[in-house]
Amino acid sequence: MKPVLLIDFGSTYTKVTAADIDSPRLLGTANSYTTVQTDINDGLADALIRLEKKTGKLDFCARYACSSAAGGLRMLASGLVPELTAEAAKTASLGAGAKVLKTYSFKLTEDDEEEIRRLDPDIFLLVGGTDGGNTDCITHNARVLARIGGTYPIILAGNRNAARECERILEGREVHICENVMPRFGTLNIEPTQKQIREVFLNRIVQAKGLTQASELISGIMMPTPSAVMTAMELLAKGTKNIPGIGDLVAVDVGGATTDIYSVAEGLPDDPRTSLKGLPEPYIKRTVEGDIGMRYSIHGIVDAAGLDRIAEAAGISEQRMGEIVDMFGENTDMLPYDEETQSADEALASFAVRVAVTRHAGRLEEVFGIGGLKLVQTGKNLLNVDKFIVTGGSLIHTKNTGRIASYGFYDEEDPTSLKPKSCEVLVDRSYIIAAMGLLSQYYPDAALTILKEELIKDGTSK
Amino acid sequence: MEKKTLVIGVIGADVHAVGNQILYHAFTDAGFNVINLGVMVSQEEFINAAIETNADAIVVSSLYGQGELDCRGLREKCNEAGLENILLYVGGNIVIGKQPFDEVEKRFKAMGFDRSFPPGTPPEVDIEALKEDLHIEE
Ligand code: B12
Repeated sequence: MKPVLLIDFGSTYTKVTAADIDSPRLLGTANSYTTVQTDINDGLADALIRLEKKTGKLDFCARYACSSAAGGLRMLASGLVPELTAEAAKTASLGAGAKVLKTYSFKLTEDDEEEIRRLDPDIFLLVGGTDGGNTDCITHNARVLARIGGTYPIILAGNRNAARECERILEGREVHICENVMPRFGTLNIEPTQKQIREVFLNRIVQAKGLTQASELISGIMMPTPSAVMTAMELLAKGTKNIPGIGDLVAVDVGGATTDIYSVAEGLPDDPRTSLKGLPEPYIKRTVEGDIGMRYSIHGIVDAAGLDRIAEAAGISEQRMGEIVDMFGENTDMLPYDEETQSADEALASFAVRVAVTRHAGRLEEVFGIGGLKLVQTGKNLLNVDKFIVTGGSLIHTKNTGRIASYGFYDEEDPTSLKPKSCEVLVDRSYIIAAMGLLSQYYPDAALTILKEELIKDGTSK
Repeated sequence: MEKKTLVIGVIGADVHAVGNQILYHAFTDAGFNVINLGVMVSQEEFINAAIETNADAIVVSSLYGQGELDCRGLREKCNEAGLENILLYVGGNIVIGKQPFDEVEKRFKAMGFDRSFPPGTPPEVDIEALKEDLHIEE
């Protein structure tokens, strides 16, 4: 046996997972409270004791960690046009596992200046203009950032013709120049920026957040947790040299404050005559709905889906549903305690999934012009995706995960939304996806084997 | 000399794709940096592309007869977006059927188009006009 320890320093819990890479299997998982305020090792030591109670003493040959502690990787981004470079900046940041606090477009205003000073991010991503295109906006914004001051690093990934000028404007600051996120109009080039974000995270952020104390014990904090999840999902879809993957997939993680959706698929139109509008889509895409979550953002679910529909799905009166929503919103640690609150919780989760997957998926619209019908697709076509992965505390502990997940499928009442038509639902019952993303950096075959073993089928719907 | 940037495309719900391709090649060969948005392009898409690329001109095509409707308000939106000085051209079959072109031209001028071109105008004429208006010397 060759056990490896995988650690996820979460905002609330420190989760530990032990895996054997010799004959790949999960040995056990445990968790404890994250103790970033005092010494992060306290929580880790506690979780380890709990783990070894279940597994017996383990002699780990390696220890890897990811982190979303201390607020995660908090980023701000600014671009020029909202649908173009500003969107590209947001997509790049989310894909690098960041928590994007806000994305600005056009020139930063005095109010923005105040807000940025107050938010004091871990990284600022400054973009705008295609290569050879607009330089006014990005240089203006660089001047605003210079005026704001602060110590956070700035990643410059806009019009290359403005890069050096921006660097001069920001003299004295830590500045990293990357290739433009949109070098030519309508193209997306986000990998160089994402690589840079990950590097800054490793070299700087981990230290700044008091996570380095842990690094004596472990071989390193390698990435933000959402990045580990994305890595695992890509591995699961594509497979390794030796083991086949399961193909295109969608994954949902409904949390207390936000809902994350991942898709691994090209997402091109079924009919080649369809015209594509908007930015090209990344093969692995992550979106985060900041207003959709089971406790802190519970009212966002109601605003987006309607109290009447949620109450109907739960089989309880609208008034009672409203009371339960308020109760959960105020008591963010509260778990359902009887049948009624259980149904309410599940109905809320169902609509959280529907709203978030609908926002993530693309749309196919019929444009009636003179001379007939034309199909126009924006975003990703996920109709043919047939694997739906469910993770996150609020879904993996309920019994009806499969039914809740089916709310993320194609919906006849919203026929232009390109959500998956028919899917097998796989549930991350042991909550190991992020851990396997970490493990895959060194032992991809073992990580994939364990993922395939541990993701449990929960019915196929439709 | 630095290349001038043109944003081109076919406006509205118009799907006539052939002329657009010809214009793309003709403008590129003439030394322009061309951002081709293809067919079925909205006013907003023309403007967004022109902002990011710092374009010198927007060259609108309309072939299916609805040009007058589709082009209305484009200049105002450009002004709104800070593109006050951008050159606006339109050509193709910009109105329905055969109408005296000087009338048509007047109407498009009033809508803020710097130049409009009658059906069958070859790309060379357009290129000459662009060179003149953008002060490009051979
Ligand atoms: C092929 C064609 C189609 C095909 C298009 C296929 C495709 N995806 O490209 C299909 C069958 C889809 C089609 C549909 C329709 N069509 Co049609 N179509 C034609 C046709 C026969 C040829 C177009 C073409 O490719 N020409 C060759 C290219 C090279 O020329 P061009 O497009 O004119 O472009 C050149 C110039 O106009 C100029 N130019 C273009 N833009 C600009 C801009 C500037 C600034 C300048 C200077 C020059 C310039 O330079 C280009 C290159 O040389 C024309 C008739 C014709 N002979 O022109 C009718 C024609 C354009 N269609 C016409 C019509 C009415 C329609 C329909 C409305 C018919 C209907 N009711 O179903 C639909 C509209 C569909 C839609 N939503 O767009 C009319 C338009 C009438 C008008 N404007 O008053 C035409 C003129 C036929 C006619 N005489 O009635 N059409």
